[in-house]
Amino acid sequence: MSNAATIDIVSVSKVYGSTTAVESVSLKIPAGSYCCLLGPSGCGKTTTLRMIAGHERVSAGDIRLGSSVVTDLPPASRGTAMMFQSYALFPHLDVADNVAFSLKMKGVPKEERRARALEMLKLVQLEAYANRRPAQLSGGQQQRVALARALITNPEALLLDEPLSALDPFLKVRVRAELKKLQRSLGITFVHVTHSQEEAMALADLIVVMNDGRIEQAAPPRDIFERPATAFVARFMGDHNVISGKAAGYADGMLLLDVAGGGTFAGTGPAREHGSSADIAIRTDRVRIGEPVQPGLGFTGIVQNVEYRGSSVKLSVSGAGISDFTGILSDADFFANPVKIGDAVPLCWEAQDTIVLQPLDA
Amino acid sequence: MAVMIEDTTAAAPAASRGRSARLPRMAPYLQALPLTLILGLFLLLPIIMIAVVSFWDYDFAMMYPDFMTLNYEETLGSWVTWKTYLNTLKYAVLVWAITLFTGFWVAYFLAFYVRTTGMQMVLFLVCTVPFLTSNIIRMISWIPVLGRNGLVNSMLIEGGFISAPIEWLLYSDFAVVLAMVHLYTLFIVVPIFNTLMRIDRSLIEAARDAGASDWQILWNVIIPLAKPGMAIGTIFVVTLVMADFSTVQVMSGGQSASVALMMKNQMSLMQYPAAAANAVVLLAVVLLMVAGILRVVDIRKEL
Repeated sequence: MSNAATIDIVSVSKVYGSTTAVESVSLKIPAGSYCCLLGPSGCGKTTTLRMIAGHERVSAGDIRLGSSVVTDLPPASRGTAMMFQSYALFPHLDVADNVAFSLKMKGVPKEERRARALEMLKLVQLEAYANRRPAQLSGGQQQRVALARALITNPEALLLDEPLSALDPFLKVRVRAELKKLQRSLGITFVHVTHSQEEAMALADLIVVMNDGRIEQAAPPRDIFERPATAFVARFMGDHNVISGKAAGYADGMLLLDVAGGGTFAGTGPAREHGSSADIAIRTDRVRIGEPVQPGLGFTGIVQNVEYRGSSVKLSVSGAGISDFTGILSDADFFANPVKIGDAVPLCWEAQDTIVLQPLDA
Repeated sequence: MAVMIEDTTAAAPAASRGRSARLPRMAPYLQALPLTLILGLFLLLPIIMIAVVSFWDYDFAMMYPDFMTLNYEETLGSWVTWKTYLNTLKYAVLVWAITLFTGFWVAYFLAFYVRTTGMQMVLFLVCTVPFLTSNIIRMISWIPVLGRNGLVNSMLIEGGFISAPIEWLLYSDFAVVLAMVHLYTLFIVVPIFNTLMRIDRSLIEAARDAGASDWQILWNVIIPLAKPGMAIGTIFVVTLVMADFSTVQVMSGGQSASVALMMKNQMSLMQYPAAAANAVVLLAVVLLMVAGILRVVDIRKEL
């Protein structure tokens, strides 16, 4: 069944009346990869997925699946299958008929399609439920029926619209592991829309962070995490402090940044025009308590909040013109030298834990 | 969590302890009382009275309390009754088939083709406009349209399509069915529209994703899911047609009979016990039909 296809989106736009939902997005999803479209609600990720599926017309641009342009093809002849957010199982049909629906539409005889549906149900371990109605199944089981129904068409790419959002947190983690396993064993391209960073990090080979109808960054999870391209990505992924200010010099491969009414910070990255606004990101988990070894790699601030998280402690600190700076300390480090709310503490970090972010209009 | 549950259960009796303990226990019965009274006085009691009277004896002027089955024997033993029932059932089937077909497409159009809810409401209200006039007026207004020198005939004659007026337009089964369809289609549009509006639009997309054509979607997804609405509409139309006497009388010009018309005639001849026996039989027949419809389609989802 390994007939995965590369999905190539070429400057695709979607315009509803006067609002632009997706603005000339270009993206190449390699065959057989697990791609997550990640972003806040209204960022255009679902619209992008629906355009790949063919449930939404493309206003401009082209979509290629494998070697064929599918821009104007109906959903069923694209080689994609979609799994809907609420699963969209047919309430009047039993599980086997739901799975066999596309075969029935093709005119496959009843015996054969029931047999193939059962085979598919075996894959998702639901063959015992073949004669139940969707309403008699749990959320996780419904999700697997929807998966079986999508896969029975032998798609080259499976498109999943927030497939885990209706599940409880515990089940989410389990089903997500199953999805990844399934994708690896089928070898087909998965495109998965989600607003959960954790989900995307856990699943994806390629994370596409979207905001306001545009792609902010498309990269493997490790790149997204370690080298966020923009302030939006750094903030959305949540593992970086973003410091905004004006470029004030360049020394030793570090950009110096003046924060309005506060200190000067250094970030690893390219030089910027003097006085232009710039952002640097600092890994929250690399922040330590202590005096900085080099100016610009630390500051002293007032502890605003201390949040105990078991293996780590989250400090919220303000000072040097930064209102909310987060440091995640390991519990050992924190309790070796505990601080209280209201204390003034020096924070520091290393040069390699900082990164200069691209300007917004890049 | 456990603490919260404990808190609320502890708080509930404390709150009600202040009030009279009798009132909350009586409240549900008080709430049910008005409807119980109305249904009891105006539905149950009359039906019981009809059932009782149907066993009474009568002559040309008086009714005599009695317990005899003669009224039923006469009703069920007469070929006129059987013919009238067959005729009424014929109307019911014809009107049902036509209203179901037209009603479904009107509801389908409203639910799936009209995009904005505002426009849906406007068009829906347009459907109800005829109901601003009385049934009788809407029925009678067909007469100048269908009559021998009516609108249709004079147009066809002046257009040179026919040389003599078409006789079967008015005072015929055609006229009866036409008027009934006109009167009752909305009763089937409303429940079907209601079920169609509840169909999750992603089901249609899922069907399209599975390669279904528009007709396949209609046949495999929309119609099966609209069945409860069709069943409710069918119950409305069938009961209305089975109980109709004015449309049959006016539009057939007295040439056709319906069960209700037969009863009306009996009542005008002071044969109340005979009419009552007839009514009990009709009630039984209609209830059987409704039971049959409910066996075929599960309407519980709609209620």
